[in-house]
Amino acid sequence: MNPAPPAHAHAPSLKTPLTTAQQQQQLAAGRNVSPSPGLRYPSNKKTIYDRNLSRSKNAELSRAAFGYLFVEMIGYAQRRVRGVADLEKRLNAQGYPLGLKLLDLLLTRSPLPSTSPSLRPTRILPLLQFITTTLWKHLFGRPADALERSAANADEYMISDNEPLVNTYISVPREMSQLNCAAYVAGVIEGVCDGAGFATRGVSAHWVGEGGGEGGKGMWPGKTVFLIRFADEVLEREEILGKNG
Amino acid sequence: MAIIKDRLVVFALLVINKAGGLIYNREFHSGLNKMSSNDYLILAGTFHGVHAITKSLSPLPRTQSANGTSASAPSPFVNRPTGLEVLESAHFRLQCFQTVTGTKFLLFTEPQQPNVDNVMKRIYELYSDYVMKNPFYTVEMPIRCEKFDRSLDAFVKVKS
Repeated sequence: MNPAPPAHAHAPSLKTPLTTAQQQQQLAAGRNVSPSPGLRYPSNKKTIYDRNLSRSKNAELSRAAFGYLFVEMIGYAQRRVRGVADLEKRLNAQGYPLGLKLLDLLLTRSPLPSTSPSLRPTRILPLLQFITTTLWKHLFGRPADALERSAANADEYMISDNEPLVNTYISVPREMSQLNCAAYVAGVIEGVCDGAGFATRGVSAHWVGEGGGEGGKGMWPGKTVFLIRFADEVLEREEILGKNG
Repeated sequence: MAIIKDRLVVFALLVINKAGGLIYNREFHSGLNKMSSNDYLILAGTFHGVHAITKSLSPLPRTQSANGTSASAPSPFVNRPTGLEVLESAHFRLQCFQTVTGTKFLLFTEPQQPNVDNVMKRIYELYSDYVMKNPFYTVEMPIRCEKFDRSLDAFVKVKS
C-alpha cells in the first residue's frame, strides 16, 4: 500500500534491545499507576475519605439509580430465603449498618451547637424526632408524615410514611402481599436506635393502606407504618430520667 | 405533557416481548371488538412475524458515497432498518414502538389521534419505571405490576 508500513515494521526491532533493567522500570511504573487491588482510587485520586464530612451539597442521587440498586438488593436478599418474614429480616439486616453510620454522620453535621457536634439524643422523644425529621430529610428529602405513640402498649411507637420512597416502583405480587420492602428502612431505624443506646425488640414495617382494599382506593394506598418496640430497660431508664428532670 | 389534547382516545395497549409472546394486554376504552385472549396471543405472534419481515424488507442502507454532500458525522443508528411502525384502517390506528432491546409496544388509537408519539413515550417511561424497576418482575414474562396498571390508568384515562 503505502511506503509507510515498512518503516513501521522496523520500529519493533529497534525496541527489542531494551535492557532488562529498563523493562523492570517500565513494569514498576505501570504498577504505580494501578495500585494493588483492594482499595480502588477514582481517576481524580479523591476517595470518599478525602471528602469533607460535613459537606452535604450536591449529595442528591438519581432515583432511578437507587431504584435499580434496590432491585438488586432485594434480588440478593431473596436468594436462599424461606418465606416473607425471612426476607423482611434480611432487608432489615441490610439497613441496620446504614442506620448505625447515619446516626454518627448526621450528628456530626448537625448545625445546632456551632462549636462541637451535638450530643446524641438521650430521651425517647428527641430520638424519635431526630429520626422523623433529620434522618428522614437526609434520606428522603422530606420529614415523615406522622409520629404516634401506641395507645395499647407504652413501649410501642409508630412512624408513618404515606409513600415510602423505597417502595416507589415496587408492586408486590399477590402471593407475597404481606411483604413490605420498607423493612429496609425499618432496619435503618433500628440501627439508629441501637446506635444511640436505645435497645429495641425490633422495628418492623407494615402496610396500612387507607380506605380499605375493596372500597375506593385511599389517598395513600402505599401508606406504611414503622412499628418501634423499645426494650424494657429503655422504658425503665426513661422513667428514671423523667423523675429527675 | 400539556400538548396532549383532551380528545384522547386510546383503545388498548399490547406489549410483546422479544420472542413474540404477549406479555401485557390492557383495554382502556371499550370500542374495539372483543377478542378472546387466545386471539390476542395470535395477534401478537403474527404481528411479531410481520414486523420481522418488514424489517428485512427495508431497503439497503445508503452508503456515505451515495449522499456525499452530507457533512454531519455518520450515526450508526440512522441506517438501522425499522419494521412496521403504523398500521391504519378507517376506524383505528395501530402504532408500534420497538425498544432498543426488542420489546414492542402496540397502541390502538382513533385514526385522528394526535401526538401518539408522546403518549407512547410516556407509556415507555411508565414501563421502565414500574416494570423494569420492580424487583418482582422477571424479564420477558407476563407483566403483573399493580403500580404499572394504576399509573397507566391515571395517564390514559384521566387525559381522555
